[in-house]
Amino acid sequence: MPRAFTPKVITANDLLEGDVIYFTAQDTWTRELSEAELITDEAEAQLRLIEAEKQNIKIVGAYLADAKAGPNGPEPTHFREEFRRTGPSNYFHGKQEAEANV
Amino acid sequence: MYKYNEFDEAFLAERNAQFRAQVERRIDGSLTEDEFKPLRLMNGVYLQLHAYMLRVAIPYGTLNSGQMRTLALLAEKWDKGYGHFTTRQNIQYNWPRLRDLPDMLDALGEVGLHAIQTSGNTIRNTTADHFAGAAADELTDPRPYAELIRQWSTDHPEFQFLGRKFKIAITGSGSDRAVIKAHDVGLQVVEQDGKTGFKVIVGGGLGRTPMIGQVLREFLPQADLLPYLESVLTVYNVLGRRDNKYKARIKITVSENGIDTYRAMTEEAFMAIRGQYDGTDQELLEEIKTHFAAPEFRSGSTEAFDAAYANDPVFRAWADTNLHPHRKGDHAIVTISVKAHGATPGDATGEQMRVMADLGEQYAYDELRISHQQNVILPHVHKNDLPAIHAKLKQHGLATANVGLISDIIACPGMDYCALATARSIPVAQEIATRFDELKMEHDIGHLQIKISGCINACGHHHVGHIGILGLDRAGVENYQITLGGDATETAAIGTRTGPGFAYDEIVPAVERIVEVYMAQRESAEETFLETYRRIGMEPFKAALYPEAQKKVA
Ligand code: HEM
Ligand code: SF4
Repeated sequence: MPRAFTPKVITANDLLEGDVIYFTAQDTWTRELSEAELITDEAEAQLRLIEAEKQNIKIVGAYLADAKAGPNGPEPTHFREEFRRTGPSNYFHGKQEAEANV
Repeated sequence: MYKYNEFDEAFLAERNAQFRAQVERRIDGSLTEDEFKPLRLMNGVYLQLHAYMLRVAIPYGTLNSGQMRTLALLAEKWDKGYGHFTTRQNIQYNWPRLRDLPDMLDALGEVGLHAIQTSGNTIRNTTADHFAGAAADELTDPRPYAELIRQWSTDHPEFQFLGRKFKIAITGSGSDRAVIKAHDVGLQVVEQDGKTGFKVIVGGGLGRTPMIGQVLREFLPQADLLPYLESVLTVYNVLGRRDNKYKARIKITVSENGIDTYRAMTEEAFMAIRGQYDGTDQELLEEIKTHFAAPEFRSGSTEAFDAAYANDPVFRAWADTNLHPHRKGDHAIVTISVKAHGATPGDATGEQMRVMADLGEQYAYDELRISHQQNVILPHVHKNDLPAIHAKLKQHGLATANVGLISDIIACPGMDYCALATARSIPVAQEIATRFDELKMEHDIGHLQIKISGCINACGHHHVGHIGILGLDRAGVENYQITLGGDATETAAIGTRTGPGFAYDEIVPAVERIVEVYMAQRESAEETFLETYRRIGMEPFKAALYPEAQKKVA
């Protein structure tokens, strides 16, 4: 039996900065996972990924990452995506630093 | 030290200009990522979890003060103020922006540094004993040979698209500080009947299938180095598997075909190739050697050193762990620990790099080294200068007296930075170092090497750690496997797994239990962890690590 489909977000790295970005329902990119589009249908996920990849000029390496619905939007289900969302644990760098500066 | 000639300089400038144009074309959309990626990788540019990463080669680990200052400049101007020294005598920058990379490469090029062949399936930076040219136990400085290999392999058309990356390490001493048995090719400078040559070892490597290299040739005359290496690579290119990238390493080729077959084929290829070398390479080698002439060592009494050693316990503790015998009795080799307790192994700030550059310039005849253990070395220091050096290091958080001890951990970037990681390594290293510092045990424990990787690629050399730690992903949770008894020296060995892995918060206590077994079982403070392990075997450690399993058996 095929494994049940689990919800996904589309994520990539920004071409110029290299930092982690997410695809929104409006076909734009955001730096906040909570603003990403949570895709719950498998066929839809493939189509959305193709759509995202069309923006090759802005992004690098788009893929589908597992996520779940949270009170404020999508949340990671795996620690890898948690690190991508926040930044490294040895320094206060990456997204966590950027957010502290807003 | 080797100095670039005009040809080298022009080559680098042109290469960097090409890359600048490629970056522009990627940004304006004329290159897709699929087209651009191989080009950026050829220039040491990776894309990691949170950002791009630039990997710069430090050939055979040697650099001068000016080059170190440039490394500092890159950290401060284009990165977040620090750089990461790796086990392959490279430095990595974790946060550059795509647009800045060409400027970074130009700045490096100005001081003769580059990022060529720091990525891709090619002959990577040839690494060498970090005490080369300085160690008391050395036969010959291996670096001129490493430089010869670099010049021969850099942009050599046959070696740009090998089945897989290819790594060569070289030592000029019988004490192996270059891990030559865990490289695709390991070279040891040896002498036979008064002639210089090499012992050639092939088929070592770590990664998912760790192997200790085997002797291909007991003695290879110096003049045959390049044709013989070319033969080794030719056989690898012919015989090596390309059906499966995990099997496309020479270690697999050697083990599947047997060392005797590999040797026979290499010798045959060598006979065919040797004639093509007309001796120009040996002329070049002689020229290269002049650049590695030893500095004019000062001489003089060591009174100031002796006094500090007798009177200052902090200095003495540092001298006992961080100095190594130099071939000149009134000199010493200084290892600067870039492993302050709780810090990221191998990270140095721009300011620290500049301090080390200044010390190198003032006291070490303008030479520094990067070790595969992720530390920085001042290879030639007059002993009387050591108290001043120590004082300066102390001011900048660089005087940690832990070289060779439990907190002198090798750790790869792991899941904090690396796109391939399956778990984190850095925080594990930080916590182990902090814990044993709190316990104030590390000097008592003595020589013990912990090495940590965040995935099976083994960039942190965990297989050859006395205690090796491998981070894995077990059903979405970080889990750590332990190996014991690995050895990275001339008595190289691959460690043995203790058993099931440990959760993130169990790994430091597990290491503590291993150390407790050693402390209880060692015959004397002189018997090292590795010696004790070799004497008593795995069982006592297993019993301490898995008490529940023992009960079930009983
Ligand atoms: C963060 C970017 C890095 C990536 C993507 C990376 C990737 C890899 C891969 C894929 C391998 C396995 C190669 C194979 O077996 O064919 C490998 C091996 C290795 N890497 Fe890295 N690495 C990275 C960083 C580092 C760092 C920071 C170090 C040093 C601290 C390092 C040192 C090594 C070493 C020594 C090996 C040798 C394993 C062997 O002998 O087979 N790498 N790396
Ligand atoms: S061992 Fe794995 S996690 Fe560590 S640097 Fe190498 S590839 Fe990355």
